Amino acid sequence: MSKPTPPLPRWADIVLLPMINLFTALFLCGLIVLAIGENPITALEVMINGAFVYKGALGYTLFYTTNFIFTGLAVATAFHARLFNIGAEGQAALGGLGATLVAFALSGLPSIFALPMALAGAALFGAFWGVVPGYLQAKRGSHIVITTIMFNFIAAALLVWLLAGPMLEPGQHSPQSSLLPEATWLTKIHEILAWFGIKVAATPLNTSFLLALLGCLIFWILIWRTRLGYEIRAIGQNQEAAHYSGINVTRVIIITMAISAAFAGLMAINQIQGVSHKLILGFTAGYGFTGIAVALMGRNHPIGICLAAILFGALVQGGTELDFEFQIITREMVLLIQGMIILFSGALAYMFNPPLARFLARFLRVRTKEKNYG
Amino acid sequence: MRWVQTHRIQDMFPALNLNNISKSFGLVQANKNIDLEVALGSIHGIIGENGAGKSTLMNIIYGMHRADTGEITIGGTKVDMRSPADAIQYGIGMVHQHFMLIPTFTVLENITLGSEGGLMLGEGRDKALKHLQHLSSSYGLEVDPHALVSDLNVGQRQRVEIIKALKGGAKVLILDEPTGVLTPQEADQLFEILKVLRDDGVSILLITHKLTEVMDITDTVSIMRQGEMVGHRKTSETSPQELAELMVGRAVLLEVDHTPAKPAEVRLSASGLGYTNQQGVVELENISFEVRSGEILGIAGVSGNGQTQLMEALAGMMPFSTGTVNILGKTLTAEDSITPRAIRDLGLGHIPEDRHTHGLILPFEARETMILGFHDTELAGSGKLFDYTAIQQNCADKMTHFDVRPSNPRLNAKNFSGGNQQKIVIAREFSANPGVLLVGQPTRGVDVGAIEFIHKQLLELRDAGCAILLVSVELDEVMSLSDRIMVLCDGQNIGIVAAEDADRQTLGLMMAGQKQETAA
Repeated sequence: MSKPTPPLPRWADIVLLPMINLFTALFLCGLIVLAIGENPITALEVMINGAFVYKGALGYTLFYTTNFIFTGLAVATAFHARLFNIGAEGQAALGGLGATLVAFALSGLPSIFALPMALAGAALFGAFWGVVPGYLQAKRGSHIVITTIMFNFIAAALLVWLLAGPMLEPGQHSPQSSLLPEATWLTKIHEILAWFGIKVAATPLNTSFLLALLGCLIFWILIWRTRLGYEIRAIGQNQEAAHYSGINVTRVIIITMAISAAFAGLMAINQIQGVSHKLILGFTAGYGFTGIAVALMGRNHPIGICLAAILFGALVQGGTELDFEFQIITREMVLLIQGMIILFSGALAYMFNPPLARFLARFLRVRTKEKNYG
Repeated sequence: MRWVQTHRIQDMFPALNLNNISKSFGLVQANKNIDLEVALGSIHGIIGENGAGKSTLMNIIYGMHRADTGEITIGGTKVDMRSPADAIQYGIGMVHQHFMLIPTFTVLENITLGSEGGLMLGEGRDKALKHLQHLSSSYGLEVDPHALVSDLNVGQRQRVEIIKALKGGAKVLILDEPTGVLTPQEADQLFEILKVLRDDGVSILLITHKLTEVMDITDTVSIMRQGEMVGHRKTSETSPQELAELMVGRAVLLEVDHTPAKPAEVRLSASGLGYTNQQGVVELENISFEVRSGEILGIAGVSGNGQTQLMEALAGMMPFSTGTVNILGKTLTAEDSITPRAIRDLGLGHIPEDRHTHGLILPFEARETMILGFHDTELAGSGKLFDYTAIQQNCADKMTHFDVRPSNPRLNAKNFSGGNQQKIVIAREFSANPGVLLVGQPTRGVDVGAIEFIHKQLLELRDAGCAILLVSVELDEVMSLSDRIMVLCDGQNIGIVAAEDADRQTLGLMMAGQKQETAA
């Protein structure tokens, strides 16, 4: 039997451990960059500049961040009930469909009415795509991981069929819908800033970023301040005890999946109502899957999720810049870096926990002893 | 000649000697300067409250933990143990509280496990069989080598564990709470086996919290408190009172002051209650009883004879198949869709048998687990959102009233000792002032001091008019608390006897399934 690991202090668990993971991943990526004959320091510089410093860079980074916040919140909500929602990708796709259908249905109506309805459409369609696996899990015991993965495929196939057929823009050959009514478009942040006389570079960053931040607040209140949140956490930590206490486990699982998937569905508004203004096949581009890493790295807490989302947003944006600046570093290389970070922050998140905990325990003990003598 | 000589020299040494053993986990000192000497061919009891450090000490002896300081001497030789494999090499065997057997394997296969030998199984298995037959005949450890473990009863499984532990030629056998799952008769059989082993020169370390057992079977006893050895006694020269005082550190009332009950109206009744599980196994059959206001009906029985199912069915956690239940005037049939919520709303409280699985949410803070089942009442705040000031206050009040230590509402439930965890559950369920209370294993894994407190609380609640149904595997507990005792065996009600007419012998026979003529 191995030695029990002493508990890690909270600050080390929240701050130090993720930092160590991140730097390990970056260090290994640096070695790879070195191996293919580039200077890793320069590469890192380009990435940071590309993500935060260059004109408009920050706007793009935060635009991607928005996607990651929504999908991160989606995965985290379900995770508080110990449900692994792997289906954020499919739920986001359905969210896009919902936003589009509602927008078309309400064309001609004023923005004040049509816009929120389209947002609600995204959330509701997404939620529906989570409720079905939730129902199957709660009532039939079908494992949520399997069903949500399958629902990703169903969603993808459904969108292919719709966008190549009934919803295809007339006269268009690439699979996308016609333009949404302008009333359902979300305003760009640079336009808003311009009203106040602040001039910034035009970027796709739009008001859905603010909605994502609002989502974080709602998430926090839901999980830690409402009775439903208590039930969700109780089920997550001990389903048997939740049942014993009179909580309707079946009902709460279904509701949790609905809320989780609604967050995922809302990711679509950033892409569709915010930027492309039409439903395009494959707009989810893996954001749903990355949401799992975001939630893991963010420890299922809204602040952590925001920070992790910024990191992944910066990786996407900085990575594009990297691809652009260096001939030898390609798009695939950028994916490799992302993969490394996901590996160390997600899959191996607790790899350094035992040694770090032992080190800190020894360090802290020495300190207490000194105190005792003093 | 030389061998004989060394053998004699070894005989002069104690079987096991611990000198100044200390062990800490982080900042917690689990064992402090422990000295222990176990004589060759003796039964040595180790008693202490939960968290006194008994398990840590045994894990050190069995090589699962390494001591920070101190030395272990076995038969006169200083040893350095790094793993259970080392311990087995040195002739130490251990029978864990929770059996470590593979139910789908036969007895022989389980015993072969860990000494399979080479590539092919044959040789190792034959050796194990020979060994098993030898042990069976010499110590009365009789068990069919080809039976599946899943078909054996608990007593037989324990024998398999003992055979496994003795397989390596163990001269020191550690038994961790061995009688918790046995009927009195099975426990007696176990003690007979232990005596034969002792007379054959095996030294037995018996960890227990049952003082009667210590008095009955051990030769010497060591008492632990808060990580330290507080005394060694010859069993013949001590008394249960002295042992309890040493364990707790103060005088303890061992006997419950059981005043006569004043039963009033029937508050909980079942008639023809039955439950057949999804595999078609009948787990409860035609059970009828009544519990009146102001009385405690105790349920005696060997663990696993339907007690769990009965409690869960009454609490609405599990459906039943036949019969009816009446709770505080409301009649429920098997056709009704019954939920724990609906039952709780009728005014039923439930202290579940397994507090870790059902009673608590271990990763939650105490204040959050203190509102489990009451999170949609005023206790969590009167508004729509949680009011943590109210939640904190509620928890602090209950902790004071029920003497939960440490009284820190922000501490996670898992960081309390067993007794204090149980007090949290009891505080929560008692405070709701239930009309009917189901109590399962109220003092399992709870130290002597807390047991006294819990028993007093239960009797107070009874006298306040609550109808209490009590399940416990501790026959002494059932006998000392109950006003009437119902015995379950194989999911059937064997009979209900008045507590004053019940003795261990009769109840033991009833627990084994023998119906009695007299019923109260």
